[in-house]
Amino acid sequence: MRRADNEMKMVFLSLSENESLARLAVGGFISPLNPRIDELNELKTAVSEAVTNCIVHAYRDGIGKIEMTARLYGSEVYIKIKDGGCGIEDIKKAMEPLYTTLPGEERSGLGFSVMESFTDSVNVKSRPGAGTAVIMTKKIRGKR
Amino acid sequence: MPVYITQSGSVMTARITGEIDHHSALWLRSDIDTAINDSSPTKLLLDFSAVTFMDSSGVGLVMGRFKNMKERGGKVELVNMPEYIKKVMSLAGMDRLLKEGR
Repeated sequence: MRRADNEMKMVFLSLSENESLARLAVGGFISPLNPRIDELNELKTAVSEAVTNCIVHAYRDGIGKIEMTARLYGSEVYIKIKDGGCGIEDIKKAMEPLYTTLPGEERSGLGFSVMESFTDSVNVKSRPGAGTAVIMTKKIRGKR
Repeated sequence: MPVYITQSGSVMTARITGEIDHHSALWLRSDIDTAINDSSPTKLLLDFSAVTFMDSSGVGLVMGRFKNMKERGGKVELVNMPEYIKKVMSLAGMDRLLKEGR
């Protein structure tokens, strides 16, 4: 395993006010890479989607803990967002654009599509009843 | 206050400020819908000029207001949208509601 140049880990409750906390933390963490504003926004958006999924889906019946790990490998950012919630039965289906299990709540079903469009790779591991981990990586080119 | 609502004739403008995520969308949705119910505009302009962040919850917000206005025979237009928000909207094909140059 490669050795990270920097790493942080934070654990927070699945409360919607923590969506902005997670985005801010990641924004701060990658600031040494001097990201362009669009790169920063894209990564923050992807993080926001993953954390919102934990709150809206994984812990839909209550409050649980969300663990976010961020690492830097050179100019590549690695982010893992993990929950101990209900898990996903069919990952392929869950990742289809516009698919949502909550149509009445104005969820657009675009969470995974945004993560895939705004990062370089998205990897989802999940087991029903045991939780879900979403791992994303993104290369930051930075301001030249 | 996260959204400033003004009306000129039958056109209502909702100027959204700050961040649109799952947390804030709930309040924005309720504020905008209350205003629509109160004054029944025929056109709703959603102004994104003061939005500093938006994830797919913003797409849900636009889709919901689009449906609400359509049911009343009205229209929705999106104005002053920063580039990166356009990118999120285009994933849902919602960029077709965009009015350029306003």
